[in-house]
Amino acid sequence: MWNTIWTFFHKLASPPHFYRISAILLPWLAVPGYLLVAWGTYNGLFTAPEDYQQKDAFRIIYVHVPSAYLSMMAYMVMAISAGIGLIWRMKLAHAVAAAAAPIGAAFTFLALATGSIWGRPMWGTWWEWGDPRLTSELILLFLYFGYMALRSSIGDTAKADKASAVLALVGAINVPIIHYSVEWWTSLHQGQTLLAEGGPAIDTAMLWPLLANIFGFSLIFGSMLLRRLRTEVLFRERRKRWVKELALGGQQS
Amino acid sequence: MMEMFNMGDYGPYVWSCFGLTAFVVGIIEWRARQRHKIMAREIEVRLRAMEGRE
Repeated sequence: MWNTIWTFFHKLASPPHFYRISAILLPWLAVPGYLLVAWGTYNGLFTAPEDYQQKDAFRIIYVHVPSAYLSMMAYMVMAISAGIGLIWRMKLAHAVAAAAAPIGAAFTFLALATGSIWGRPMWGTWWEWGDPRLTSELILLFLYFGYMALRSSIGDTAKADKASAVLALVGAINVPIIHYSVEWWTSLHQGQTLLAEGGPAIDTAMLWPLLANIFGFSLIFGSMLLRRLRTEVLFRERRKRWVKELALGGQQS
Repeated sequence: MMEMFNMGDYGPYVWSCFGLTAFVVGIIEWRARQRHKIMAREIEVRLRAMEGRE
């Protein structure tokens, strides 16, 4: 069994094999992802009851929570891939890290922006500098920007891979800080809701659309990552025979 | 109907969050497709030019 799994991953790490498999996988991630988000968003906006304290403003969680979750998940994907690329010198792993960064940055921006918009009516302020959750999430956005700026400033892909991988690994320390900041320090931000002790501290009518959006956005993230990764692989392998055959055979899309 | 969209005066906050999310996700999706098309086209053009020279 382990042999089969090992062979599967070994084959997947081969760029031509990955390129072929990813074309098949893409719609299987994107279509269910968008359908789940459509269902979750509709129910989150129109059928879930209003919160007894936050009233209708609570509905912002249906985009804020998946964005915040993906901002950290994308960074972990980036850091783990960068680590694999550094240790085992897998080119595809560095490509995964490079492809994940802009998507992670976009979701981090969304988490910050939607959180800020929610904060205005709930906390009476758009932003609070002293808050550990907000500040550590902002640092995450700067880490993404730093990673992308470092990559684009180095012309040689192999050197850019190594330098940016070190930054990605060092920055990973910020992810548990974001996650546990509401427990370690006094924060305006509310504590754990879904991962609260004794189960989710939220009514099931509110919970299901939220879970649908978290899972749906995760699938969308997967499809976006694959799409960007295919472009990254094409660029890195542009001088290889398989890309030549693919391009001249007119099957690039 | 207006009441549903007004959401007890929280409407502007709620709808702007959903609108912004749809906009950003749309942009990333569109950019990823564009980049892939451009990259594939560039490779094809370069290879055809090389073929022509040979």
